[in-house]
Amino acid sequence: MRKKRSRSYPYIPNSEFAIKKEMLESVGAASIEEFYADIPERLRFRGELNLPPALRSEFELVKHIEQILANNQTSREYLNFLGAGCYQHHVPAVCDEINSRGEFLTAYAGEPYDDHGRFQALFEYQSLMGELLNMDVVNVPTYDGFQASATSLRMAARITGRDRVLLPKGINADKFSKIVDYLKPEIDLDLYDFEAETGLAKVGNLKEMVSEDTAAVYIESPSCFGGIETRAGQIADLAHQKGALYVVSVDPVSLGVLKPPADYGADIACGDIQSLGMHMSFGGGQAGFIATRDEVEYVMEYPSRLFGIAPTVVAGEYGFGDVAYERTSFAKREGGKEWVGTAAALWGITAGVYLSLMGPRGMSDLGEAIMMRTRYAMQKIDQINGLKVLFQNSHHFREFVVNFDGVGKEVVQVNRDLLARNIFGGKDLSLEFPDLGQSALYCVTEVHSRADIDHLVDSLVEVIA
Amino acid sequence: MKMRIGEKPVVRRFHQARWDEPIIFELSQPGQRGMLVPEIEDEIVAEVGEVVGALPEGIRRVIAPQLPEMSQPHVLRHFARLSQENLGVDLNIDIGQGTCTMKYSPKVNDRLANSGKMQDLHPLQPESSVQGMLEVMYRLESFLKEISGLDRFTLQPRAGSAAIYANVSMMRAFHAMNNQAEQRDEVITTIFSHPSNAACAKTAGYKVITLYPDQDGYPDLGALKAAVSERTAALLVTNPEDTGIFNPRIEEFVKAVHDAGGLCSYDQANANGILGITRAREAGFDLCHFNLHKTFSTPHGCGGPGAGASGVTKELARFLPSPTIEYDGNSYFLDYDRPDSIGKVGPFYGVSQNMLRAYAWIMSLGAEGLREVAEVAVLNNNYLMSKVLEIQGLDAPYAEGKRRIEQVRYSWEELAEQSGIHSEEIGIRVADFGTHYWTSHHPYVVAEPMTLEPTESYSKADLDEYAAILQHVAEEAYTNPEVVKSAPHNSTVHQTDHKVLDDPQTWAVTWRAYQRKIGENQEE
Repeated sequence: MRKKRSRSYPYIPNSEFAIKKEMLESVGAASIEEFYADIPERLRFRGELNLPPALRSEFELVKHIEQILANNQTSREYLNFLGAGCYQHHVPAVCDEINSRGEFLTAYAGEPYDDHGRFQALFEYQSLMGELLNMDVVNVPTYDGFQASATSLRMAARITGRDRVLLPKGINADKFSKIVDYLKPEIDLDLYDFEAETGLAKVGNLKEMVSEDTAAVYIESPSCFGGIETRAGQIADLAHQKGALYVVSVDPVSLGVLKPPADYGADIACGDIQSLGMHMSFGGGQAGFIATRDEVEYVMEYPSRLFGIAPTVVAGEYGFGDVAYERTSFAKREGGKEWVGTAAALWGITAGVYLSLMGPRGMSDLGEAIMMRTRYAMQKIDQINGLKVLFQNSHHFREFVVNFDGVGKEVVQVNRDLLARNIFGGKDLSLEFPDLGQSALYCVTEVHSRADIDHLVDSLVEVIA
Repeated sequence: MKMRIGEKPVVRRFHQARWDEPIIFELSQPGQRGMLVPEIEDEIVAEVGEVVGALPEGIRRVIAPQLPEMSQPHVLRHFARLSQENLGVDLNIDIGQGTCTMKYSPKVNDRLANSGKMQDLHPLQPESSVQGMLEVMYRLESFLKEISGLDRFTLQPRAGSAAIYANVSMMRAFHAMNNQAEQRDEVITTIFSHPSNAACAKTAGYKVITLYPDQDGYPDLGALKAAVSERTAALLVTNPEDTGIFNPRIEEFVKAVHDAGGLCSYDQANANGILGITRAREAGFDLCHFNLHKTFSTPHGCGGPGAGASGVTKELARFLPSPTIEYDGNSYFLDYDRPDSIGKVGPFYGVSQNMLRAYAWIMSLGAEGLREVAEVAVLNNNYLMSKVLEIQGLDAPYAEGKRRIEQVRYSWEELAEQSGIHSEEIGIRVADFGTHYWTSHHPYVVAEPMTLEPTESYSKADLDEYAAILQHVAEEAYTNPEVVKSAPHNSTVHQTDHKVLDDPQTWAVTWRAYQRKIGENQEE
C-alpha cells in the first residue's frame, strides 16, 4: 500500500508532529491555539485561504514557474532600444557572483562587528562613487533615482529654509509624478522650458524664474531626451546668485567622460545606479544615490544611512559604523529626516564591484563607446528619408528622440511592425510630450554593435515604407 | 593511540573570518584592468569622427576619476573576502533581528529570479512580450488580497517604509477628495509600531500623535479615544506590535477612528505569525501593507532591495499608484487610465524579481503551508521565550503570564543593574559565538531591550543553541564581566571607537574624506 503523503515542509524544520508535540509540552501548552488567545474569535479567520494547491516539490514548482516565464520574450532574445530610466548594459559576471553570495544576499541589518563585510563594502561603494562624483559624502543607496531626486529636493528646501523648486518641463512623466507626490504639501514646483533645438534648459526662462524663494534649481544631464547640458555652469551661477541650491541628476555611468556635477557647481548630485552592474529585471534593478560636499548642514539633512570609517583598538584595523545616526528616523522616529528603512543596499555593493572592475580607463572607454554608438545611430536614422532625429544640436549620451511625423506614421504602428521583426522600438513619447508629435525615445549602449544598429536602420526603412 | 575526538562544547568555538582586508583603493595597481568594453568598429569611427573630443571644455571630464585599477581576480577576491566577514540567514541562527522576520530564502527562488527570462526584461517592453511576468504580478496580487481580505494591491513600493508612505499618500488623497485635507492634519500611531509609521506621516506633513502602552503593555484604548478627533486623518498601527503582543481591542481602535472620520492602515510588514489566522479585513482596516522580504521570504540583501505591497479596500482602490495590472480573460495588461491615482511612488512596477520570489514561495506552500509557517513561527517563539526566561537577569516585560505571537521584546534590565553589563554589550559578545542580536528600535521604552523573532526556519536544536549562547554570555556578565565588556574577541575587528562618527571634524563617509581629514588633523 502507498504510504500516506508526508506533511513535512522542507523549509520548516519544526513542522514534524513529534517535535511540535515535544515543544508544546515543554512550554505547557495544549495546542498552538493557546498562543493566539489574545485574538478575539470574531477576528479569527476560520476558513482556509483560497489559494491554488501547493506545488510541494521543487521540481513541480520550477516547472510551473518556467512555464509562466516562457511567455516572456526578453531583451536578449529581441533587439532592444528601450531606455527611459532602465538601461541594458553589460553586467559583469563578478557582479552577479558577489551579490549572489549568501553572506551578502541573506544578511540584513547586522552590527559593525558581525556584519563588518557589508559595512566595508558599502563604505567602499560610497568612496568609489565619491571619486566618480568628486564629492566627499555619498549615501547608502535609497530605493531608486526617483526617490534620490525627490529627497535631494527636500534636503535643499530644509537647508535653504525655502519652499519652491524649479524643475525642467523636459522630465520623465513618471519621475515628475513621484516628485509631485513626495514634495506635498510643503514644497511648490515650477517648471522651466526647454529649447526646441536642443531639448536643453532655456536659460533665459530659468533666469526669470529663479528668485529669493527658490530652494533648488534642478537639472538632469543627460536630459530625459539624452542631451548633455552644456550650460550647466551658467545655470549654477543663476541658482547661486539667488541663494538657491543647485541639484543635478546624472547617470554615473556617464562620468568616465562627462564632468562630475560638483565641477560645474552642483551642491547636491543624485541619480540612479542601475547602469552600474544591475540587470534590468523588469525594473527591479534600480537604486538611488545622493552626494554632497562634507559640510555639516548637508550631512545632517540626509535621511539615509551613511557608513563611516573609524579606528579600532588595533592599529591598522579598519572599523565602521553609522555617521550622525541621530538624524535618522531609526533614532528619532518622526523627529528624524524623512525616513530610513530597507532600500537597495545590495545594489550599492554591486555598483562598488562594478566600479572596481571598470577602473578609470574602463569608465572612460565605456562612456566613449556609448557616445559614439549613440551618435552613429542618430546619424544613420536621421539619414532615413522622412525620419528626423530631434535635438540634434546637442551632444547626446545614450538616448535620442526620433520623430516619425514626416512619414505619417504613429509610433504605435512603427513599434508594432518592429516587434514583428524581433525589435523593441524606442519608448513612445507622443502622450508624454504631445508637442513633439509622433516621437520615440531610442536608447543605444555599449551592447549595441554596429550590425545591431544597422539592422535597426534597415528595419525602420522597411516599416515606414 | 587515542582515537576518540571528544565532545563539542555547549557553545560553538566560532571565529568570524578576519582577512584584515585593506580598503580597495590600497589594492590599486596602475595599468591593471578588470573589465574591457567592446571595441568600437572602424565603420562607426569613420561615420562619427571625434565625439567625446568634440564636447565643450565645460562638460568634458579632464581629470580621470581616481578609481582603483585592478585585475578581475583581485576584485573578486577582495569582495569575496568581505562577504565572508558577514553573517546572513544562510550561515547563522538569525533570530536576533526581531521584527525583521529573518527566514530561509529558498535557493530555488533565487535561481528563478536570476534566470534570463526575468533579468533580461526591460520594464517598457510591449505587454505582449511580458505576459509571463504580468501574470506573476497579477496572481501574486490575488494571493495578497486573499491573505489580507482587502480588495486591491499595488506592488510598486520598493520596501516596507515606501509602502507605508504610499498608504499615507492615498489617505491624504481620500481626505482631499472629501475636502478635509486641511482639517485632518493628525496621524495616530503607537510607540511599538515601526518608526516609519511615524516618520512617513511626518514627511507627508502630518502631526504625529504617539500612544504609549497601558500598564499591561497593551495599546491603550483610553489614550486612543482621547487622541481621536475631527483632526484625525489616520491610525497607522503595527499588529502584533514589536513586543509580540497582539492588540485584542484592535477592532475598537478601528471603530473609534472610523467614528471620527479617519482611516486605518494596518502595518503587516511582519505578518509571519498570523498568516491564515487573522486578517486586516475582519479587523476593519481600510489599508494595510506587507513586506515581501519579511513574511514572504525574499532575501534581505544587506538592507534591500526588498519589496512592499500596499493593499486597500475597494473604496480606496481609485487612489492606488498607477499602473495597476489587469486581466481581460485573454491577456494581462497595465492600466494607466486612473484619474484619481496618487500617481507613481517609484519607477516602473517595483522590485519585480522579488515578486517572482514571493510568488514562488507562496505557491510552494499553499494555504495549509502558510498556516504552518504561522503556527510554527509562533510555537518557536513561545518555546524560545520559555527557554530564555530561565536565564538570570532576563525578563519579558508586559502581558505577564500571557503568550506572545511571533516575537518578544525582552529586557536585560535586571542583569544590567546587577552586573553593570548592558544589552548592547551582550549583543556584541554574542557575536563571538557565531550569531548576533540587535537591541531594538529607539526609543528604548523597554529598558535594556533585546528583540528575538525565531520564525519558522529554525529547528528546536537551533533555538536551544541560541538560548545556550545567551545563557553563557549572561553567566559571563555576572562572573567575568570584563570578557563581555572587552568583546568582540572572535570577530573580524576589535572594539571600534564610534565617537569619531558623530564629530564633523572626524567623520568620514568616503576614503577621500578620511585621507583629507587625517591630513588636516595632523597639521593642527
